[in-house]
Amino acid sequence: MTKMNISLTVNGQVHEVEAEPRQLLIHLLREDLNLTGAHIGCETSHCGACTVEMDGKSVKACTVFAAQAQGADITTIEGLAEPGTLNVLQESFREHHGLQCGYCTPGMITRAHRLLQENPTPTEEDVRFGMAGNLCRCTGYQNIVKSIMAAANELNPAKEAAE
Amino acid sequence: MIPAAFDYHRPQGIEDAIAILQKHGDDARVIAGGHSLIPMMKLRMAEVPNLVDLQDIESLKGITIQNGRVNIGAMVTQHELITNEGLAAAAPIMREAALQIADPQVRYMGTIGGNVANGDPGNDMPGLMQCLDATFTLFGPDGARGVKARDFYEGAYMTERDDEEIMTAIHFDASTAGYAYEKQKRKIGDYATAAAAVMLTKDGQTCSSAAIALTNLSDTPIWSQGAGAALIGTDCGPAAIKAAVAAGLDDIDPSEDNRGPIAFKYHAARMMISRAIASAWARA
Amino acid sequence: MNDLSPDRAERSAKLKGLGHSRKRVEDQRFTQGRGNYVDDIKMPDMLFGDFVRSPYAHARVKSINIDKAMALPGVIAVLTAKDLEPLSLHWMPTLAGDKQMVLADGKVLFQGQEVAFVIAEDRYINADAIELVEVEYEELPVITDPFKALEPDAVVLREDLAGQTSGAHGERKHHNHIFLWEAGDKEATEQVVETADVVAEEMVYYHRTHPCPLETCGCVASMDKVTGKLTLWGTFQAPHVVRTVASLLSGIEEHNIRVVSPDIGGGFGNKVGVYPGYVCSIVASIVTGKPVKWIEDRMDNLMATAFARDYWMKGKIAATKDGKITGLHCEVTADHGAFDACADPTKFPAGFMNICTGSYDIPVAYLGVDGVYTNKAPGGVAYRCSFRVTEAAYFIERMIEVLAIELNMDAAELRAKNFIRKDQFPYTSAMGWEYDSGDYHTAWDKALTAVGYDVLRAEQAERVEAFKRGETRKLIGIGLSHFTEIVGAGPVKNCDILGMGMFDSCEIRIHPTGSAIARLGTISQGQGHATTFAQILASEIGLPADSITVEEGDTDTAPYGLGTYGSRSTPVAGAAAAMAGRKIRAKAQMIAAYLLEVHDGDLEWDIDRFVVKGAPEQFKTMAEIAYASYNQAIPGVEPGLEAVSYYDPPNMTYPFGAYICVMEIDVDTGTHEIRQFYALDDCGTRINPMIIEGQVHGGLTEALAIAMGQEIAYDEIGNVKTGTLMDFFIPTAWETPTYTTDFTETPSPHHPIGAKGVGESPNVGGVPAFSNAVHDAFRPFGLRQAHMPHDHWRIWKIGNDLGLHDDV
Repeated sequence: MTKMNISLTVNGQVHEVEAEPRQLLIHLLREDLNLTGAHIGCETSHCGACTVEMDGKSVKACTVFAAQAQGADITTIEGLAEPGTLNVLQESFREHHGLQCGYCTPGMITRAHRLLQENPTPTEEDVRFGMAGNLCRCTGYQNIVKSIMAAANELNPAKEAAE
Repeated sequence: MIPAAFDYHRPQGIEDAIAILQKHGDDARVIAGGHSLIPMMKLRMAEVPNLVDLQDIESLKGITIQNGRVNIGAMVTQHELITNEGLAAAAPIMREAALQIADPQVRYMGTIGGNVANGDPGNDMPGLMQCLDATFTLFGPDGARGVKARDFYEGAYMTERDDEEIMTAIHFDASTAGYAYEKQKRKIGDYATAAAAVMLTKDGQTCSSAAIALTNLSDTPIWSQGAGAALIGTDCGPAAIKAAVAAGLDDIDPSEDNRGPIAFKYHAARMMISRAIASAWARA
Repeated sequence: MNDLSPDRAERSAKLKGLGHSRKRVEDQRFTQGRGNYVDDIKMPDMLFGDFVRSPYAHARVKSINIDKAMALPGVIAVLTAKDLEPLSLHWMPTLAGDKQMVLADGKVLFQGQEVAFVIAEDRYINADAIELVEVEYEELPVITDPFKALEPDAVVLREDLAGQTSGAHGERKHHNHIFLWEAGDKEATEQVVETADVVAEEMVYYHRTHPCPLETCGCVASMDKVTGKLTLWGTFQAPHVVRTVASLLSGIEEHNIRVVSPDIGGGFGNKVGVYPGYVCSIVASIVTGKPVKWIEDRMDNLMATAFARDYWMKGKIAATKDGKITGLHCEVTADHGAFDACADPTKFPAGFMNICTGSYDIPVAYLGVDGVYTNKAPGGVAYRCSFRVTEAAYFIERMIEVLAIELNMDAAELRAKNFIRKDQFPYTSAMGWEYDSGDYHTAWDKALTAVGYDVLRAEQAERVEAFKRGETRKLIGIGLSHFTEIVGAGPVKNCDILGMGMFDSCEIRIHPTGSAIARLGTISQGQGHATTFAQILASEIGLPADSITVEEGDTDTAPYGLGTYGSRSTPVAGAAAAMAGRKIRAKAQMIAAYLLEVHDGDLEWDIDRFVVKGAPEQFKTMAEIAYASYNQAIPGVEPGLEAVSYYDPPNMTYPFGAYICVMEIDVDTGTHEIRQFYALDDCGTRINPMIIEGQVHGGLTEALAIAMGQEIAYDEIGNVKTGTLMDFFIPTAWETPTYTTDFTETPSPHHPIGAKGVGESPNVGGVPAFSNAVHDAFRPFGLRQAHMPHDHWRIWKIGNDLGLHDDV
């Protein structure tokens, strides 16, 4: 199989990886870069367990070829906070029991991170709609929504004050 | 689910892309956002020995609105369609429809060009384009040509586009018409069980123009001239809606799938058409 | 010492024991993406295995040609049944007393069946090689309907069973019949039904669905040829049982097998069974001497491993004119697919379906279940429920509704009239179960009051009138459900899996400085065991939960247990934890007595210490005692502070609950909106309210999915129509409502801490609540029964069949 050199930035670090063009981004991250936080759930772009951030967009890494990611700037769950620490969203998921088996969680949090970048003061409806690309089988979403709303509040003292 | 191997091309300009298509013929396909093509490749239902990635071609990007004409590059994503305020003012039906496509992640990647060009009858944009009477620019070895959305679709995955052509842009007139995109689906991320795009203009209390197009109710999108005609000159009241629905149903040929049997598809089509007309009329 | 003085309250709070909404210790790792799931495991030289699967539901395998696949660089081997036959591994025993092909032996019996196992250097090469394996099939007639399977001239599915007129569960009355399992008193029940004032009859179908955890099944097998030790990491809800099975199958001595369940991305019953992928990976690792990983893809998961339900339940419920139930008769035709691979306790081939008298005092009852082979995938697992309990609950909660229609009576009132009364517990049901405890009327009244039941009924009636006048096209359904679960399998005297009694276990070691590690025979798949088991122990041994590590899933270190499914972890392993904790405390009391120079009997336990009775200033804390146990020679007492408990529960536990769903249905589109969902659960003693609530939310959402759209559907030639998440319905946050949770607390009298288990209640009670809401909306127009799932077109069809549409 013909391999190509793929250069991409992941969590602030530049990586050069030799990969077949058909290799899926999720495999490149998990197998080549040992970033196993994002998971594989459905493989048809429905579940969002593989969600990472690519060039400021939430994407499902099971439906992106490594070759397409040539030159991309990618953030994974491992890059959201310094190792061993939790960012506001991660802490909020812990605080509000926004996870159970943990399998969907990296994709959830990575997606929620982008959602709050674009809409820092979401309504519950905004959160439910904005998280609809991520499936969870354990929580029924109620505490996920609660976690994200709480994180938004935490990140927006101004909003809190206004309420 | 692992796709078969392929050679990857990332041309920097449209001419380079066309040259690759010419060289490889049937063995090459272009990829835009990839969210239709990649799952098909992973399921090994599509084999693509040469994949031509259009992401670096700048001329395929961006939305411009000039002199009442909307021009959208083929590589504009659904997310951009939703967030572009100019477009929301010039053709608000675009945002309404795009929000009903797939889910947030897919909308960041999925493009309007991919959605309209691949001929998947489940896609939402083709019907919408027919409703807007859009024109597609196809660029090929002999340069560019325009094809009306209403003439573009021939069958499931079969279109007017030649193998060596690439869709580069979509154009339609800005409109102040009343509009609605009504879509019934099983859940977020699903294709339509039935969907209807409706645009209406009003002269006093009389409908002066009407365009109605339907999604996933045949092997192509359906622009129902009859349904539109049934409304023109009416007050879009119950009788007119009933006539338009009847005309629309005459034009479709739905098939049974997990969303339901054919009789239900007709019923859902009826509901979506009538609701979209009522909603568009209220906004006209 | 029952007053909680400030000092005592503070000490108690510090423990974060029973009743504390303790934050989960698991989440630090999971929120950072630092979980360790089976596909995260990487080993040097690891190979990848995957299956060539049958595209046909029933076909003879004429030939398999692996030459082209083997010629592909990077392909190591392709195994077929012929390769496994010399090892007697081409078939394997199932947990239900049947056997299953590991790789197609002459024929295939369902679409997606494993035909050959390709071993390659990576998964990309593997996928290419699978395409190159050439299999020649000869198609055979397909049966996907269990009733057709039992017709006299139906094609023989299991040729391997030719001439066998009996199986693991008795007589086989037809070549596609597996067993007839009966409970209750058939004759007496039939007599009651014949002579009753009122009899409601209905066929209730609980369709085929699938647990579909977000993580699929998979494993890594690693045979170390130097040490002779096999290590198997995998998605196992019962790792110890897997070890025993692996030993029995492979001939490797059990001490030379280590089975590890790492983090598991949801199980819901999908990961109880033993699958061909595990067997083939082990063989492949033994053959190649290298670690071999097998991970299902989503289509494989939905097509081949562990479906749930597919029960056709024909019911007759008898009652007096004024609504007192006098008898229940149930005959089930159970579609088990191609092999009987249910994961039920051995003596219960239909699980605990005989709990189908539900929450009601029914004097006489009969259940007969016919298991049947078809050309569908094997399974029949307990998808977020105890064994066949959600089938049972759905059946009785539908029959109650049908009876209410027959009697022209309010369904809430009919339930209340027939509940087992509080003073009847412990209550022995007509099918022989001893319900340990319950207070159904209190829960029911609380639920009806909470939702404003009478007001809702009035609103519903007004809506029906408005609908009839043509003013609206929306109806309101009020879905009632009062369920009783039977969980915590179970007493060794009648519960075993492959002969292993269904006890569970806990081992505790207290460290010198007052922290501890506890190991259990269960394995969390999201339930938060590391958090809650530590809480049970904190309350028992007086060390803070934060100082107690809980470890599960490694058979080399954890004591033997039967695993986590059927809501058995809290009732069985939780009890073992409490009992082991009490052993620790008993020894600690002796040590404290020695240290305080008093008799054992002069001491009493106080939260985290032993104090001298009447002299509370004289005490030894558990931390002090722990230290002493390691650094002092205490006469008559062994050093150290450890304990093990193997707990054989004296009975099952019987959690119950009252659920009410208020649903708006758009008759025109068949769509619905959940306006309100109230869930009251009584799971006995509440260990961690936060986790209980989370379990209820999740279980209800799975119930919503099942009731409103989720199914494994086949076409008439056995093709799976719902093989990806495009068609297999899992609701997103957008389609999922917000739930209101509530509780009553009726402790189990026989469980050491009174806990009953909760994880599965919301699925068991939720499905009938959602489904009954749909039925209830159309009840005023004459609907009696409409099969699930209630997706859009099926709801449209209800309205259509009732003449509520004017377009046909």
